[in-house]
Amino acid sequence: MNQDKTGLDRRSFLKASLMSGGGLMLTVSWLSSFKSADKSEMLNLPEQWATLNGYIHIMPDNKVKLICPNPEFGQNVMTSLPMMLAEELDVDWKNVTVEMGPHDPAKLGAQFTGGSNSVRMYWKPLREAGAAARQMLREAAAQTWNVPVGEVTTKAGILSHSSGKSAKYGDMASKAASIPVPKDLKLKAPKDFTIIRNSKKNVEIKKITSGKPLFGLDYSVDGMLIAMIQHPPAFGMKLKSFDAAETLKMPGIKDVFTQKLYADDLEQGGFDTRTFNDLLVIVGNSTWEVMNARKKLVANWEPAGDLKDKIGGRGGVKEVTIPGALESTTTQLQQMQEYAAKPAQELRRDGDPESAFKNAAQVIERTYNGPFLAHNTMEPMNFFAHVTADKALLVGPLQAPGWTEPMLSKLLNLPPDKIEIQMTRMGGGFGRRAYGHYLYEAALISKKMKAPVKLMYTREDDMTYGIYRPMYTATYRAALDANKNLIAFHVKGGGIPEHPIHANRFPAGAVDNYLAEGWQIASNITIGAFRAPRSNFNAAAEQSFLDEVAEAAGKDPIAFRLELLKRAKEKPVGKNNEYDADRYAGVLELVRDKSNWNKPGNEKYKRGVAAYFCHNSYAAHVVDMVTRDGQPYVERVFSAMDCGIVINPDAATNMVQGAVVDGIGNALYGQLTHKDGAAQQSNFHNYRMIRMNEAPKSVEVHFVQNDLDPTGLGEPPFPPVFGAVANALYKMKGKRYYNQPFKDETEKVI
Amino acid sequence: MAKITLNINKKDYPLEADPQMPLLWAIRDLAGLKGTKYGCGVAQCGACVVHLDGEAVRSCVTKVIRAAGKKVVTIEGLSETNSHPVQKAWQEIDVPQCGYCHSGQIMSAAVLLREKPNPTDQDIDDAMAGNICRCGTYLRIREAIHTAADLQKKTGTKG
Repeated sequence: MNQDKTGLDRRSFLKASLMSGGGLMLTVSWLSSFKSADKSEMLNLPEQWATLNGYIHIMPDNKVKLICPNPEFGQNVMTSLPMMLAEELDVDWKNVTVEMGPHDPAKLGAQFTGGSNSVRMYWKPLREAGAAARQMLREAAAQTWNVPVGEVTTKAGILSHSSGKSAKYGDMASKAASIPVPKDLKLKAPKDFTIIRNSKKNVEIKKITSGKPLFGLDYSVDGMLIAMIQHPPAFGMKLKSFDAAETLKMPGIKDVFTQKLYADDLEQGGFDTRTFNDLLVIVGNSTWEVMNARKKLVANWEPAGDLKDKIGGRGGVKEVTIPGALESTTTQLQQMQEYAAKPAQELRRDGDPESAFKNAAQVIERTYNGPFLAHNTMEPMNFFAHVTADKALLVGPLQAPGWTEPMLSKLLNLPPDKIEIQMTRMGGGFGRRAYGHYLYEAALISKKMKAPVKLMYTREDDMTYGIYRPMYTATYRAALDANKNLIAFHVKGGGIPEHPIHANRFPAGAVDNYLAEGWQIASNITIGAFRAPRSNFNAAAEQSFLDEVAEAAGKDPIAFRLELLKRAKEKPVGKNNEYDADRYAGVLELVRDKSNWNKPGNEKYKRGVAAYFCHNSYAAHVVDMVTRDGQPYVERVFSAMDCGIVINPDAATNMVQGAVVDGIGNALYGQLTHKDGAAQQSNFHNYRMIRMNEAPKSVEVHFVQNDLDPTGLGEPPFPPVFGAVANALYKMKGKRYYNQPFKDETEKVI
Repeated sequence: MAKITLNINKKDYPLEADPQMPLLWAIRDLAGLKGTKYGCGVAQCGACVVHLDGEAVRSCVTKVIRAAGKKVVTIEGLSETNSHPVQKAWQEIDVPQCGYCHSGQIMSAAVLLREKPNPTDQDIDDAMAGNICRCGTYLRIREAIHTAADLQKKTGTKG
């Protein structure tokens, strides 16, 4: 099973690895955008470093520098990805240093942080890279010692032969670099792991605790100017005119000008979303001077009217109309109710749901709503750009450089090989930094100013002109027969501007008669990926609904789900069911056992349970709620996860704990509302974030132990937290909560 | 503009600055110390906490002129060798995810531990509620503060 046919050669190593890496749904476009690897560059080794491939550098003193391909935003890939390399390379972790690689898809792969994909997508390529380098080192030693390669063994960076000969990797590294990349590799069996599955500290922890300049906002060069953008006061507005006379008189101000981001008719990629196209830019010497001078700017705005965008994608180029209305949350909710009553697009149908509902002994119908959510990364959007006539340097926080470079190349009229993108550590991402418009803005401003520029969004800019989690609604219906069996399930979901439905997920596959439908309403409010897109709403709605259906059926909520999963496993209904019913049941059973569900000793808590599958992993939580100072408070949480092999257990635990806290916060408090197109929340005084005193006392995290290939963890634990909180709140208040954030409702009730 | 000398981490920085400029931007843009973070600019998130004559202040709403003649300590100067009990505890517990808010978290925690060497969970909740962590590492922050309290007792080091 571990024999790995790579079919590699030196030039195509990474490309081939990626192609054989499995699970790369979007590989085609990434591969087509690859720069061709320059053979001479790869063979032309620096004096000190022996570069065995894009990821591995071995020093003569046996120090090993590993390159992390994917941007770091707190998911700890700078540690977990190099752990995979080091495992197969067989080096002492103490000798390893890690550097973030620049954007270099030819050497480093797709370099996309998002979709809980980093570990999954690099699992095979990085182990192959490590194993290939180890194999080349063994070969080099075998040639030097004139012994068969099969007799050369390695241990923690040392090559040995039974004759007593031994050498450090560093001694053989230069020779190894001239050995052809092996075509066949044997990867380790999980039982032989010595680094993977053993917790390693965050490789940047000491830099963080001593305040080193790791983040985009910290990056600085001599002569760097600071730029800010004055956006319209509301979605649906545009600039009419401006008067910068007073601003330009302020100290340190260099220029005020308008800049169009995309030319009319410019074809955009799917992640080129931007909030506004006509930018009013203020540039000066320092942050405070620009902030201050910006207050003196007089700008007049007018309704933008309907706009058209050309969006390219796998389905070809389509023209999208962006309606010009100034939208308000109240009118949006009304509009959603109207749409919910209309026929919608059928997404999946099993059996005969209409008849089943007609013949049901009992029908339960509930509607759930979720607001726009702002990402609120602690580090606001920013990017450094230095664009000259023939090249561009971009430095900053970015999740997906490969999706950003094509548009940048178009906007600057520079070929990709003249564009260097460096990714700093990100002060949070949550999907927001997959949209590189702020990088384009920085680049165009630098080009215009003929100077190095840092574009910075203030917190208010960041929150009021975001790329938000969409506003969603869904109506669920369940039909029970006279014996309280679930005989039909119907979900009809919609949103602004997209529906949330994942039609092929549980309970699809577990119910004979099933119908999923979706509808959407176009909007000028910009939206995008937010930690576990769509799932972050569905899990809240569906898992609350299932709780209510279980109660109506007179069943325990965990037992009820397990019954359905048993059905889905033994006699699955329909096709294309996305989840593995066994693994789904596995996390429910684990959380049931670890939380002592239905056992004595938990009487002081009001308990809620929820489980969900998304991004290839399985999560279940039991939330234990108490009342503190008259308010509902989640005091304790039990979590069970199945993400296959856990690379770095302590960091994985941290990630799940954080997702639980994030989920509680967003379920209880998170919301962004609009009035006449303007965001009503602008900073943390009126956008409530969960704080220390609201965080649980404990989040006990348990992982299902198996040897399955690892899947992601950044997103999967997040969505079901919402449902578990809703279900615990019901136990506490005796009332169901259908509208996020739940806090508003609880306060009304209290 | 005024000539202001800031003493940051025991070093004098002669600066020319608008006296109304927030201390945050003087530290970051003029003194060039990037460890102190901008998060909200309105004293809501705590990413910018520094010590001013030993007190934890939000540098984003503290005018630079207020810091003249006082001792400013930033994350870079909390200890010379990254070894303040809070820093060591943060390393041991491996607290951060993205890491952005942790300069402020650490600076707030250091003052808490000086004032309350044996903080309860309630003390920590009260003292740290002004520091937002968007990644949700609050449980580890709480644990690390208890660990730092233990380290402080063992070594006799105070923040």
